[in-house]
Amino acid sequence: MNLFCLGLSHHTADVATREQFAGSATAESILRQTGCAEALLLTTCNRVEVYAVSQKRVSTDEIARCLTRKIDIDPHDYAPPFYRYEAEKCVQHLFRVASGLDSMVVGESEIFGQAKKAYESARTSGAVGPYLHRLFQRAFRVAKQVRTHTDIARGAVSVGSVAVDLAQRIFGELSDCKVLVLGAGETSERTARALISRGVSDLRVSNRSMDRASELAQAVGGRAVPFDEWTAQCREIDILITSTASETPLLTADKLAPMLRGRLDRPLFIIDIAVPRDVDPSVNEMEGVYLYDIDSIRSVAEQSLALRRKQVAAAEGIIAEHVADFVDSISRGLNRLSQTAEHPSLGENPLRASEL
Amino acid sequence: MDRYLLIVSTVCFLAAVVHTIVELRTGVFRPMRFNFFAVGLGFIFQTAFLSVRGHALGRCPLTNLFEVFVFLAWSVALMYMLVGPLYRLSLMGAFTAPLVVLLQGFALVAPIDIRHPVKVPANPWLEFHASISTVAYGAFALACIAGIMYLIQERQLKTHQLHSVFYHLPPLTDLYATVTRLLWWGFALYTLGIVSGFFTGHPLPRVQVVAAIGVWLLYAVILQGRHLRWLAPKWVAALCIIGFSVALALLWGIEFTAEMRPLP
Repeated sequence: MNLFCLGLSHHTADVATREQFAGSATAESILRQTGCAEALLLTTCNRVEVYAVSQKRVSTDEIARCLTRKIDIDPHDYAPPFYRYEAEKCVQHLFRVASGLDSMVVGESEIFGQAKKAYESARTSGAVGPYLHRLFQRAFRVAKQVRTHTDIARGAVSVGSVAVDLAQRIFGELSDCKVLVLGAGETSERTARALISRGVSDLRVSNRSMDRASELAQAVGGRAVPFDEWTAQCREIDILITSTASETPLLTADKLAPMLRGRLDRPLFIIDIAVPRDVDPSVNEMEGVYLYDIDSIRSVAEQSLALRRKQVAAAEGIIAEHVADFVDSISRGLNRLSQTAEHPSLGENPLRASEL
Repeated sequence: MDRYLLIVSTVCFLAAVVHTIVELRTGVFRPMRFNFFAVGLGFIFQTAFLSVRGHALGRCPLTNLFEVFVFLAWSVALMYMLVGPLYRLSLMGAFTAPLVVLLQGFALVAPIDIRHPVKVPANPWLEFHASISTVAYGAFALACIAGIMYLIQERQLKTHQLHSVFYHLPPLTDLYATVTRLLWWGFALYTLGIVSGFFTGHPLPRVQVVAAIGVWLLYAVILQGRHLRWLAPKWVAALCIIGFSVALALLWGIEFTAEMRPLP
């Protein structure tokens, strides 16, 4: 049996090339057209990959032809960007992909869910047999272990997730936090939604246009606050997200100082995503105030990515152990399989028996 | 013989310290299980040491500076074992271990294990006073450690420079709550220790009484400042560190002067 995978990813092909091969094929159609014993198609915005098991060698061109949207295309035009991994290399590649090591944002967890979905879809259609079943189950185990035993998924890498991450580092549980969104822009909406997804229930929205404030408040399940009342809100809130189009800072240390009286032991976390900035940088010097503008959020995201990259070696170590173990167990299974074929009385297919 | 138990205990705590340093250097900071295990094992050996020493003395092993330091290290570990898992402060083990290593290392190296020529008679009130005061010091030590953790976390958040350790430290508000709880625990136990000192049946040396009341007043001021919100959390955390340093210096002074005179 040949285990192999081939595909295109953000490493090897641009989006225009990737989209030529995404969406038209299914695992079933690949089985039908190539004669593979098992097949699984993993399609995400960053990759199109086929994992397959076959008795005879199936060429890259054959698979590529199954994937392409154009029928009359010359295989030589699109074959070069495809990568192909066989046997052990294929196992290693899948483990890296499932663990997020091959992702554009190293350590992202979305790929894990996408791989699970692809596996479920192929399993339901009957395209997955004992080999791919075993391979993917192990890949999911490896991905979980990598996440648990390294810091590969630590730290946030987008504005919304950085804001949530920092808020949790300051307040812990966010369910009791009061949030004010100042300026109803797209990024502040995304940030507010990210906070709501982590348990924030008291959300207020203030905007120069009350209609827009009400609209956003309704969309995120908060309440609108008139723009001339937002400064008074600073006495009560824990998190302030600002993104207005103001040319001058709306919040300065002098304005904030009287509002901080009486809340010395309650931190105030300010996320200023406006350009030009809505909050004077000197506010960060105030006791208990943590101010992050768009540059510092980007810097945190970069630090998180750097931290994740540091974890790659540790993750590769875990993957290497699993690859060796998996290849060993598969070859032992195949040996037993051949013995069973020679002596049918020894039992059924051990892989099928053990895994299904 | 009992010193071997203490050496093994110190090695366990040292293992937690080394483990933390190695993980910090590699950037893979996952101190949870190993540190808790190492500190737990160290605590068992500490307890064994104190038990053996206590049996030999026929009373609570707080008869010289050596025993006071070991008992204090034991109290710190005890407080960590109680507080760490309760408040999910697993990283506290990484901070607790160096303090215990310092206390026990000093006790082992310095020539302070001086046995009294005559067997010190048991005095339940005196033993209660000494042990409860030392456990209170353990709580103050842990408040100091939580204060250090708070200041590290606060500094990282203010400067926007987030190290790997940032993701393993508890949230600021949780750390502050822990500092406050430990201060209250320490203060209550210390008050009990001071009050019980008056029931020992022996006249207390003036220097000890003044020092003890000085420490009590220092922590009373910190707690009052925190309660009335005169002090920002950062200053409460900083004062916990200063307070414990002062208290430790005074404890040494008290014990040193106590050894200059015959024990009751």
